[in-house]
Amino acid sequence: MSCIKCGLCLSSCPTFQQTGLERESPRGRVQLIASVAQGVMPLTQGPLADTMFSCLDCRACEVACPSGVPIGRLIEKGRAEVVHLSRRQAAQTPGEQATRLALQSLIPYPRRLRTLGRLVRWSQRTGLAHWSRHLKFLPEGLRGYAGSLRRLPSRTGREMLAADPSPVPAPGSPRVDLFLGCVMDVVFGEANLATKRVLERNGCAVSAPLGQVCCGALAVHAGDRDGARALARTNIDTFLQSDPAYIATNAGGCGAALLEYPEWFADDPVYRARAERFAERVRDASQIVETVGFRPPAGRFPHTVTYQASCHLHNVMKVGDTPQRLLQSIAGLIYRPMADMARCCGSAGIYNLTHPAMSAQLLARKMADIPPEADIVVTGNPGCWLQLEHGAATSGPPVRVMHVMEVLAEAYRSEPSAGQSES
Amino acid sequence: MDKSSWPTPDAMRTALAEIVGVEHVLTHIEERALYAYDATIRRTVPDIVVRPHSTGEISRVLDYANRQAIFVYPRGSATGLSGGSVPLNGGIALDLTRMNRILEINREDLYARVQAGVIVATFARAVADANLFFPPDPSSAPAATMGGSLAENAGGPHAFKYGVFRDYTLGLTVVLADGKIVRTGGTTVKNVSGYDLTRLFVGSEGTLGVIAEAVIRLIPKPETQRTLLAVYEDLHQAADTVSRIIAAGMQPAALEFIDDASIRVVESFLHLGLPLDAAALLLIEVDGPEMVVAEQAQTIAAFCRQHGAREVTIAATAAESARLWQARKSISSAVARIKPSKIAEDATVPRSRIPEMVRRLKAIAAKYAVDLVIFGHIGDGNLHPNIMCDERNPEEMARVWQTVAEIFDVTLELGGTLTGEHGVGYMKAPFMPWEHDETALDAMRRLKHVFDPQNILNPGKVFPEAAPPWPISLAPWNRKRRAPDD
Ligand SMILES: Cc1cc2nc3c(=O)[nH]c(=O)nc-3n(C[C@H](O)[C@H](O)[C@H](O)COP(=O)(O)OP(=O)(O)OC[C@H]3O[C@@H](n4cnc5c(N)ncnc54)[C@H](O)[C@@H]3O)c2cc1C
Ligand code: SF4
Ligand code: SF4
Repeated sequence: MSCIKCGLCLSSCPTFQQTGLERESPRGRVQLIASVAQGVMPLTQGPLADTMFSCLDCRACEVACPSGVPIGRLIEKGRAEVVHLSRRQAAQTPGEQATRLALQSLIPYPRRLRTLGRLVRWSQRTGLAHWSRHLKFLPEGLRGYAGSLRRLPSRTGREMLAADPSPVPAPGSPRVDLFLGCVMDVVFGEANLATKRVLERNGCAVSAPLGQVCCGALAVHAGDRDGARALARTNIDTFLQSDPAYIATNAGGCGAALLEYPEWFADDPVYRARAERFAERVRDASQIVETVGFRPPAGRFPHTVTYQASCHLHNVMKVGDTPQRLLQSIAGLIYRPMADMARCCGSAGIYNLTHPAMSAQLLARKMADIPPEADIVVTGNPGCWLQLEHGAATSGPPVRVMHVMEVLAEAYRSEPSAGQSES
Repeated sequence: MDKSSWPTPDAMRTALAEIVGVEHVLTHIEERALYAYDATIRRTVPDIVVRPHSTGEISRVLDYANRQAIFVYPRGSATGLSGGSVPLNGGIALDLTRMNRILEINREDLYARVQAGVIVATFARAVADANLFFPPDPSSAPAATMGGSLAENAGGPHAFKYGVFRDYTLGLTVVLADGKIVRTGGTTVKNVSGYDLTRLFVGSEGTLGVIAEAVIRLIPKPETQRTLLAVYEDLHQAADTVSRIIAAGMQPAALEFIDDASIRVVESFLHLGLPLDAAALLLIEVDGPEMVVAEQAQTIAAFCRQHGAREVTIAATAAESARLWQARKSISSAVARIKPSKIAEDATVPRSRIPEMVRRLKAIAAKYAVDLVIFGHIGDGNLHPNIMCDERNPEEMARVWQTVAEIFDVTLELGGTLTGEHGVGYMKAPFMPWEHDETALDAMRRLKHVFDPQNILNPGKVFPEAAPPWPISLAPWNRKRRAPDD
């Protein structure tokens, strides 16, 4: 599938929409990568390197491209080349160093991330977080977010799950393994708990295998393919050992990465087949709920809700209208669609930290698209969640942000005959 | 062609930055490389890229370029299919996409004023929001600019009933090669004062002047539309139906043809459940008042069935018909799923010759053993035979170039033209003498000289002597246009 330069991807690309620059477009990015590959020009630290990293990885272009050009994969490879070059030239800005430090030493290790979580909680309680805005040594993006970051829950999702009793599964219930995610588990542990409960209410036997690690998406987006593959191997081994019917994710970014494991191992004779067996079971939790036969909650959720389709959930996992359908089945819930709901909100993994200006522009557009009647924005990815909360706290409108699974869990919880999953 | 007298790139940058601002002049190779292409296969990198923001800036850029005799290649969104914006001989790529304002939509006098860089789909949406209609709808509308489409005199499915860009152009603001600004036409629907320069600039492919603004005619929105899909097991029956629809005096808003290879590629892109076993589809739109439309749709459906359609469905909802149109409009790009390179032609024949043209195209493809996909605006006799190939395979490419020459030969034999809407660019320039005799070509050359005496505007396009030569010898065809009364 090669690019014939038709331009039909241009209008789908948020960075092109903002800048109008060919180099900030999918067509331009693909051409730059091809020019280097064909030896038309050398790889430098110039505009090419910048534009590889200013891509949001939102994959809207792939959905728009009729020729089926694997734009995301090409850009990831382009990034790997740029990273390789910059390691050789060892010229790194402090921002790049901070990003790399986080990617290599923190995110792969759930325990270290939990420790960081505790540190952040401590700083929030002591008021230090408030001051972090003025700490000039932090990258600009991070300074802005530290102030609006939600108060972290005192427990991780895994800890909440462990304390939550499960009903005895009916014989023949599909076994579902939950992929907890790193940011999701530390920052939005409740969403993992809600996902477990919703899946259980729909007749699944849910567990969360120990030994799972970060999906590797952030590493691969940063051009660190080897690091990403190491994480992927651990996950593949862990989940294939457990052998569930489905592997459930509730973070679009993670789910998309898990689905792409076979591509990461395209040249690996052993792991390619294993990655395929792994990936074919990966689904977003909302998709599993529909597949196993959705049992709509009898409880009410009296709110006006809009839905922000996280890019990876929409463009890569292809959940389509599933989350909206689930939401619309809830009594009392008034659903208001958001214009251009699949356009990236500017969160894009750690993009808001690495490219604060572009991220802020995209967030402003997203906040402006929230229908005025809505009091809740529902999303399906922790990055979008943080980003939208940041928007709500800074520019407004002051909406609450929730995960699809939380809304459903809430509606189940408020059922008249108050169910078993009360806590 | 004398580039030796040009200023150095640094000097050009300094001079141009003074006009448009330094951030709108691009000189880094990694930025210029992105102005080397359009949707054809030749790539040449310009020396510098300039992105003006106003008519005045365009004028000053051209004044400078003309004084220094530097080549200038106007560029919209580079979706062109004839190579119009490719900077063949180096010089300045003039990116007009910053000129992206819709200046006025006038509901009383039914016109709009736009800058050249406005995206066609954006404009059509704004017009629809004002409850009016701008019919020309090239499949590239989500990307293509108004300026590029005017310069190519683009069409689209709606051309069948409503005509092409030229039919909706009331006036233009054009910057000439020496930087002087001309205003042509006006905002009236009738205008016969003096020569019709508007119609001359439309379709001039950036060789006579740079379109900065346009006054566009709008019409009332039809009350409603219906989309029909007719499925054929025999492609010739589909082509035959089209001639008969036209002969019977029916006037759908659009009448499009999709062959079996096109069905397969677009189905693998959109998964709409199109019939993969069909030989051809006709996609037909009717529009007008609700009562008339419902009846017309039924009449045409029955007519298609009578003429061999296996089944005809009428889209039940607006969403369904939008999906069918998305399918049609994706084909031109989706064909790249077959092979990596495509040579897109848009040879056009008189409508009565459509069935024969389809037969001849199939025969040519078989003769040269090439992958030929056929789709397009069949109602206008404007088919898009696309040859799918691999540029890196010289043996295959030799057959491809022969195929193209033979397609042109047959088209002209049937009384047609080299191009219905994509323009001549560099791709068809070598064939111009096949369609136009020396007197006609010479008249065009003299016209060009009047507007652009130094030949700085888009050199290498339209005229056979300026374009890159055809990759193979054209001797076997040796076609010369017959004089009108031969
Ligand atoms: C997928 C696809 C589908 C297409 N479908 C159709 C179709 O249905 N119908 C159709 O007619 N065409 C079609 N085309 C061809 C092409 O999109 C049109 O010709 C389009 O109108 C070109 O617009 P652009 O802005 O991309 O112009 P460009 O490609 O940038 O330029 C085209 C020509 O116009 C000149 N030019 C650009 N702007 C100006 C200006 N302001 N003043 C003077 N000259 C200028 C350039 O020098 C060049 O010669 C299609 C192309 C693609 C890739
Ligand atoms: S990436 Fe796809 S949509 Fe974009 S220009 Fe290339 S072929 Fe066209
Ligand atoms: S992934 Fe998103 S930001 Fe990147 S090129 Fe594609 S559309 Fe643009």
